[in-house]
Amino acid sequence: MRAWLRGWHLPAGRTLAIVPPFVWLVLVLLLPFVLVFKISLADLRFGIPPYTDLAVLKDETLTLVLNLRGYALLFSDSLYLSTYLNSVRMALVTTVICALIGYPMAYVIARAHPRVRNMLLLAVILPFWTSLLLRVYAWVGLLRNDGLINKALLALGLISEPLEMYRTDFAVYVGLVYAYLPFFILPLYASLVRLDMRLLEAAYDLGARPWRAFLGITLPQSMPGVTAGAMLVFIPAVGEYVIPEMLGGADTLMMGRVMWTEFFNNADWPMAAAVTCVMVLLLLVPLVLFQYAQMRQLDRGGRGGRGGVRRPGAGRRA
Amino acid sequence: MDGLVKTFDDTVAVRGVSLDVRRHELFALLGSSGSGKSTLLRMLAGFEEPSSGRIWLDGEDITALPPYRRPVNMMFQSYALFPHMSVEANIAFGLRQEGVARREIRERVMEALALVQMADYARRRPHQLSGGQQQRVALARSLVKRPKLLLLDEPMSALDKQIRQKTQIELVRILEQVGVTCIMVTHDQEEAMTMAGRLAVMSDGRIVQHGTPYEVYAVPNSRFVAGFLGTTNLFTGVITVDEADHVRIESPALARPLHVNHGVSEALGMQVHVSIRPEDIEVLRTPPEGEVNWAQGVVSHVAWLGGTASYQVRLASGQAVIASVPARSLAHAEAPGMQDEVFLSWSSDAATVLSS
Repeated sequence: MRAWLRGWHLPAGRTLAIVPPFVWLVLVLLLPFVLVFKISLADLRFGIPPYTDLAVLKDETLTLVLNLRGYALLFSDSLYLSTYLNSVRMALVTTVICALIGYPMAYVIARAHPRVRNMLLLAVILPFWTSLLLRVYAWVGLLRNDGLINKALLALGLISEPLEMYRTDFAVYVGLVYAYLPFFILPLYASLVRLDMRLLEAAYDLGARPWRAFLGITLPQSMPGVTAGAMLVFIPAVGEYVIPEMLGGADTLMMGRVMWTEFFNNADWPMAAAVTCVMVLLLLVPLVLFQYAQMRQLDRGGRGGRGGVRRPGAGRRA
Repeated sequence: MDGLVKTFDDTVAVRGVSLDVRRHELFALLGSSGSGKSTLLRMLAGFEEPSSGRIWLDGEDITALPPYRRPVNMMFQSYALFPHMSVEANIAFGLRQEGVARREIRERVMEALALVQMADYARRRPHQLSGGQQQRVALARSLVKRPKLLLLDEPMSALDKQIRQKTQIELVRILEQVGVTCIMVTHDQEEAMTMAGRLAVMSDGRIVQHGTPYEVYAVPNSRFVAGFLGTTNLFTGVITVDEADHVRIESPALARPLHVNHGVSEALGMQVHVSIRPEDIEVLRTPPEGEVNWAQGVVSHVAWLGGTASYQVRLASGQAVIASVPARSLAHAEAPGMQDEVFLSWSSDAATVLSS
């Protein structure tokens, strides 16, 4: 009995440690997604809830009705397709701009004197202390035709009439980059500050000029930080709602807005759910592929090493 | 090196070091941590700018050159191999900065790998190699550009003790084969003495003494050097006889005077220190003849070190003396054991008189 208990207990201890995160993921990620997926296959109806049941038991017959109206519409109406493409495009451009602005910032912070470094980090984190809504609203005040920027430029005589910035894609980019820049800087900073300075010294010692040393050592060594930052910007930017809603024009097509319209304006829950499901797939597939490629690369490196130790001649044959 | 000084904010790391290192020489800077030896090495590599003084290499003043323009390469303490590059790419890195033709790079990389016997590992990543293999790659990387000066920063510190000695000899063999001028920094006196042709002992930002390992070991110029390079027994005393060819020193630690068969520059009646190496002291069962250069004591500790046994003998004055006795000589006679009464004897040319 005791032996049986022990045998049962040992793996249970390890399993137990994975249970909380696993339960958490199931509860907050998988379950809601299954519900949304279920709704996406239902039909619209008036009432509460505003969608039909999938399974109906009537006369001892269980009927499963899968309604594909939402998906059919998604692929037939070019509006949705172009919205998807536009969302991804805007998120990509935002990520690239964040990388171009964020990399030098993260680099300077990581190289700064420890005392200055904390001040700079605080400056990056500080905006989080006010609500995003408020900060985006401040941009409205800055970008409007009678906003601060236009007033200043007019007063300086640089322009004769206000620049049309508010309610354009430009304003959305400004808002997106502004809101997501810290998410790029922080993980990149973390990986830059860990960089072994002796590697850079070794590069200089071997004749690399500062710029070459940066390209050859710093940049490749900080790629995990760049990837993490890019993910943290790109993924939420695709589904962003507040910023395109507040700063974008009527023609700024983004998934978040379409979802909102379907849910709240059209009260078409199945349609909104279908839009969501496709978006999740659209984001999930490249992510999984990316992750898989990285895992395989790691795995190949490890396996190459072990195999090589067994056969020291492998390098020569290769 | 000419009058090199380096100050960091408020501390002086290197105070006025002047040193000539000859071509094709393996020179060791020996010192404990904080002695300024690493700062000196970093100034030679170009990572630190001297506060004053000049560095000359082959008749050329390189003091103001940035590290990437110096014909100097360094093997870093923990090797600093680029983790994201293969062994091959690590070694090729320096050549690629120079714009060497692809074909020549390949040839020279292979040549360097063959030199350190790592040709089979060209495609590995550094983390797939053992410590000793990483060291070989680091060496190949620092030699492939054929530097005029090679710097070794604590070359053995990351290796296990067992393979150190073998690696030291191997490293010297490779360096001699290449014929490169080399300055190494180490805190390990055994390592410095095994590898270096000449060495300098550093302390508190200054060079205390330099010369061949034998010179510095046999004729240390201070108590610090005598104690730093190997083990020694020090007796403090006063000069009572001062002749041109010998001196006599009376030490409160010893019942009988010390007789040293060389003259000293110190005057009669001055306080001096006498260093006697453990291997120069004989351990006897019976009192030796003569009135000088021997002492009586009780064995307080015996440590067997394989080839030799280290005896710690407590004198009547309370001072402990270390004597190193060849194990072979112990096998013949009845070896003295713990608490045995013994006599210690040394010849009059064994002692070195030190003024500081």
